Amino acid sequence: MSDEEDDIILSELSDDELVLQMHDDLYDGMKEEIEESVHILLDRGWMPYDVLTKALVEGMRIVGIDFRDGILFVPEVLLAANAMKGGMFILKPLLAETGAPRLGNMLIGTVKGDIHDIGKNLVTMMMEGAGFEVKDLGINNPVENYLDELDSNEYDILGMSALLTTTMPYMKVVIDTMIEQGIRDDYVVLVGGAPLNEEFGKAIGADAYCRDAAVAVETAKEFMDRKHNQMSA
Amino acid sequence: MTQISDAELTENGLTEMAAGRILLIACGALAREILDLKKANGWDHMDLTCLPAKLHLYPEKITEAVIGAVAKHRASYDEIFVVYADCGTGGLLQTACDELGVQMVLGPHCYSFFEGNERFADISESEFTAFYLTDFLVRQFEAFIIKPMGLDRHPELRDMYFGNYEKLVYQAQTDDPALTEKAKEAAETLGLAFERRLTGYGDLEVTLKAL
Repeated sequence: MSDEEDDIILSELSDDELVLQMHDDLYDGMKEEIEESVHILLDRGWMPYDVLTKALVEGMRIVGIDFRDGILFVPEVLLAANAMKGGMFILKPLLAETGAPRLGNMLIGTVKGDIHDIGKNLVTMMMEGAGFEVKDLGINNPVENYLDELDSNEYDILGMSALLTTTMPYMKVVIDTMIEQGIRDDYVVLVGGAPLNEEFGKAIGADAYCRDAAVAVETAKEFMDRKHNQMSA
Repeated sequence: MTQISDAELTENGLTEMAAGRILLIACGALAREILDLKKANGWDHMDLTCLPAKLHLYPEKITEAVIGAVAKHRASYDEIFVVYADCGTGGLLQTACDELGVQMVLGPHCYSFFEGNERFADISESEFTAFYLTDFLVRQFEAFIIKPMGLDRHPELRDMYFGNYEKLVYQAQTDDPALTEKAKEAAETLGLAFERRLTGYGDLEVTLKAL
């Protein structure tokens, strides 16, 4: 950030300028500025859903592209995500009140023996940003955690994450248990994590492997579209 | 070979060709250990070439780099042995080695084979909140942990990375008080409890001895 940019007074920007500035601020991980801008747009009468999609999600989409292209790295993505989290915290209660579109319900968690959650948290945030309701089971989840929660509430999608070569096979344990219980086909199962790949996803019987948060969102949307098309056919 | 620079091993790896009939294609993070073992055991039938240790920061690049190294050296050796474990390749390195007809080290990663794969598997259920460092990683803590994770520029990210960990286990290959002190400092930096475990070379020595 240059000194010149430090002098920007967010409240004096037009809506269009402010949204572009928010994309820049997200890119630079400036949480306080994002929170201030969210408040400004809401005060100007913007719908929370529009603030979310046009400013935050679009900003994170740009971050995601540059991460994929090797322009941004994990630390920068984490700072951007932290800034988006600040904005989401303000918007989340308002989204429910204002009837923002709901695309589906997702259950997500890191598998047993694995404590890594950076990727999972990014997916959770981006899925919420895209209009999914997400229940996050956190880290180190045995199969019972997933199945109990699937049984207790209505979900469309199960997401599982693992960062370790040693823990990723546990995803198959969960899927096989779902098959045994005859519930596998009731859900779309998405898997992700650094050591995973497309082949592994297929081999364990997942519906799709998602290499990053943006792909997870797009994949989830596609499956929900297919589901709705099947239901209306 | 006189002094090997860790920075050189990180960025460029190592080529120490002689007249052996077996070529070890190894991770740069294992160069010193392998050279120590070669020297201690008189394994003159093995040559060593190392890929840059920094590939560990991009495990998706390891398989391709190993395939390239095998292709480059295959004609010059009777046998090639890959001194990588799975190392975050999700089985792709093993598949590639199988296709190339070369052997590699068993196990998920160097923390496991230094500990001994069997023992590591036994303790992993109770120790999955441990963050491991080897001699090399202690020496290269800034280059491999602090800088790539952006903790030098953004120390506030520390708990996002390490908040779920409880302790740092320093798997010592050698008995070096200065390294132990550095490992302790690393644990403090990351906000983790500290444990030192003298593993020696573990399954690495057993595996290479069998060649």
